[in-house]
Amino acid sequence: MSFQPVLLFTDLLVFILIVCTVLFASQARRHAPSREAWRRVGRQPAAMASAAILSIFVVIGFMDSLHFRPQLPPGQGESAEVQKVAYSSEVLSLLDALLTPLRTQQEKTYSAPFARESFQRETVEQADGGQARIYPRLKYGASHLEEGESRLPDIVRRLAWTPLQSLIATGALLCLLAVGVARSRGIELAVTVRHILTGRTELAWRPVLAVIFLAALLLAAGVALVPHYHVLGTDKVGQDVLYLSLKSVRTGLVIGTLTTLIMLPFAVALGIVAGYLGGWVDDAIQYLYTVLNSIPSVLLIAASVLMMQVMIDTHPQWFDTAAERADARLLALCAILGMTSWTGLCRLLRGETLKLRELDYVQAARAFGASTAQILRRHILPNVMHIVLISVALDFSSLVLAEAVLSYVGIGVDPSTVSFGSMINAARAELAREPVVWWSLASAFGFMLALVLAANLFADAVRDAFDPRRQI
Amino acid sequence: MLAYIVRRLLYAVPILLGVNLFTFVLFFGVNSPDDVARMQLGAKYASSDAIQRWKAERGYDKPMFYNPAGEGVRKLSDTLFVDKSLSMFALNFGQANDGHDIALEIRGRIGPSFAVALPTFVLSLFAAVTLALLLVFFRATKLDFWGVALCVVMMSISSMFYIIGGQWLVSKVWALAPVSGYAGGLDMARFLWLPVLIGVVAGLGSGARWYRTIFLEEISRDYVRTARAKGLSELATLFRHVLKNAMIPILTGVVVVIPALFFGSLLMESFFAIPGLGSYTIEAIRGQDFGVVRAMVFIGSVLYIIALILTDISYTLVDPRVRLG
Repeated sequence: MSFQPVLLFTDLLVFILIVCTVLFASQARRHAPSREAWRRVGRQPAAMASAAILSIFVVIGFMDSLHFRPQLPPGQGESAEVQKVAYSSEVLSLLDALLTPLRTQQEKTYSAPFARESFQRETVEQADGGQARIYPRLKYGASHLEEGESRLPDIVRRLAWTPLQSLIATGALLCLLAVGVARSRGIELAVTVRHILTGRTELAWRPVLAVIFLAALLLAAGVALVPHYHVLGTDKVGQDVLYLSLKSVRTGLVIGTLTTLIMLPFAVALGIVAGYLGGWVDDAIQYLYTVLNSIPSVLLIAASVLMMQVMIDTHPQWFDTAAERADARLLALCAILGMTSWTGLCRLLRGETLKLRELDYVQAARAFGASTAQILRRHILPNVMHIVLISVALDFSSLVLAEAVLSYVGIGVDPSTVSFGSMINAARAELAREPVVWWSLASAFGFMLALVLAANLFADAVRDAFDPRRQI
Repeated sequence: MLAYIVRRLLYAVPILLGVNLFTFVLFFGVNSPDDVARMQLGAKYASSDAIQRWKAERGYDKPMFYNPAGEGVRKLSDTLFVDKSLSMFALNFGQANDGHDIALEIRGRIGPSFAVALPTFVLSLFAAVTLALLLVFFRATKLDFWGVALCVVMMSISSMFYIIGGQWLVSKVWALAPVSGYAGGLDMARFLWLPVLIGVVAGLGSGARWYRTIFLEEISRDYVRTARAKGLSELATLFRHVLKNAMIPILTGVVVVIPALFFGSLLMESFFAIPGLGSYTIEAIRGQDFGVVRAMVFIGSVLYIIALILTDISYTLVDPRVRLG
């Protein structure tokens, strides 16, 4: 099948972000103190485990960032030569393509996890002509089962081989890892394997393997069950909740990272310039961030998002497809969140630069006649990078959490964008039902908790490793 | 002291002017009143006549900063900026989309807002500090480790979860509190205890962890060693000496919490149908009532600046070394 690649704005920024991260990593490798600091992060089991969890989320988000438009099947009665190639107006991602059964097996309405019947009664015609109110069978969920056949044996049978599969996958990874570690340390392979399994390596590899084993287990179980069941149920319009949750990951990651990427240049530039130059520049920048800071952030975000909505609504000609419009809204939301969150980092950097400015090496550079730009770039910037890194790591989780709140208030992502916030928002009213529709909420909160908890633990480790005040 | 307060209030003026100008540019510069009118009327009915009428009815048919048609000082005063933005300093907020006076509405709603926000604020401060001191008391033990782990888990859970889950469990399943609503007078407590409790629990994780690090820094000081050396019990040292000395960093931390208070009460009021400023704001956002949002941005900034000044004054209460003058 041929396809036409589509590059949305956020995709582009995601790729830029990845390039930046790779550059940053290669720089950190060459720089001995930062290599040592990252080693300190790597020694903590919790940090390594959460890094592994985060990487799994990043892989999901990355696959969801490779967008394309699939080719439409050729129309009837036209010969292949005359027909020009037509592409669907629907923009799909690699993740969508991988999850085709999840995406297309849509029910009519709510159904519980692993359900075979719909959650709502329907009136159906019976064979004898009468009518009955029954829970109809789902179109896809457990549709392979005979009437009266119970689900548990079927599920167990399908899951029977998954532990073995994930063990094999983890074992293969262990071998690869051991070869790498053994080569770099110059130890025998068998000894290395034993060291990794008993947790005696310098970097905490054992928790990483544990996470990977669990992830492989979930993946294998998913592959075995997903085509036949709605593992996490379906939502109001019958969409699979697991699919929605996986799609939300990208939105959360984009908001958590792109916001920072957008605000970082402003915060860093203004912060160190204010701290280093002082005088009226400092006054002006301080005034700017005091003003922005004294507007409660949620109100500032609300006002900006409302204005952005008016702008998008009055200029429909800017966007070709619905996906592009939704993407522009997501990007604008990131920019607005960035606008409200740069002030804190800016103030920290200004304070640190004030301290650095008086240090001997900066004084020396000035005495040698280095230009201001040079001093800022060569001497100040590298020495405030740890603050930038720590605050980026700490901000991520609060941004992911904020998205849900903003979507509830009505100033979040576009209604057509799947996000944790929009899932919660859609499912919120259903708690009043009897019996309760709990699965949408539970999976949105569960995925969010996994993402945010991992991010928090990792950020803590980064802070402990990079903050000079925390090293005794 | 009085001179200090006056000076702080004077400092607030340029900042509020900045806020005012910023919101004006945001609401009138990014999209012209014509765009707003077109959107509010709907594309179908937005003839240029209708737009002019809409603007005239609401007083949007003036130039932004400079009115050449006016005379004398009216060249500057008969403009959108003075009419719609600067007038907020005189607490004149104009009318909402439904024709009600915004200032009157705000006056009626500020009480219920404080009735939720103030107890939440005080009680969560109390709960977080107490928990943090207990964690410090058991520092470097299993209890401390798991306590901190619990805090990290608690702060990783979305605040929406606490609200939705708490409301569902307590109000619906256990039927211990009304699901939502509000009443004046003593009846208030019946409606407010659940939102306040949820607010306290939701903020406990991050709060306790934050104060724990403050106390840990404080506990390595010399005076703590002296207090222990003279035979004070560990609990007395913590609650009498460390707590008092950590008050300054605690209060500084409180400043960080104040903006979150707005966020929290916004959700809380909306979920529990409390007729405060938060639910008013959410209704305005959903109804695209820009006048109300503009007024709330201004009021929010005023409240925030007042809170900052109060924090500074409270420094003098807890630390006699701090003199404001």
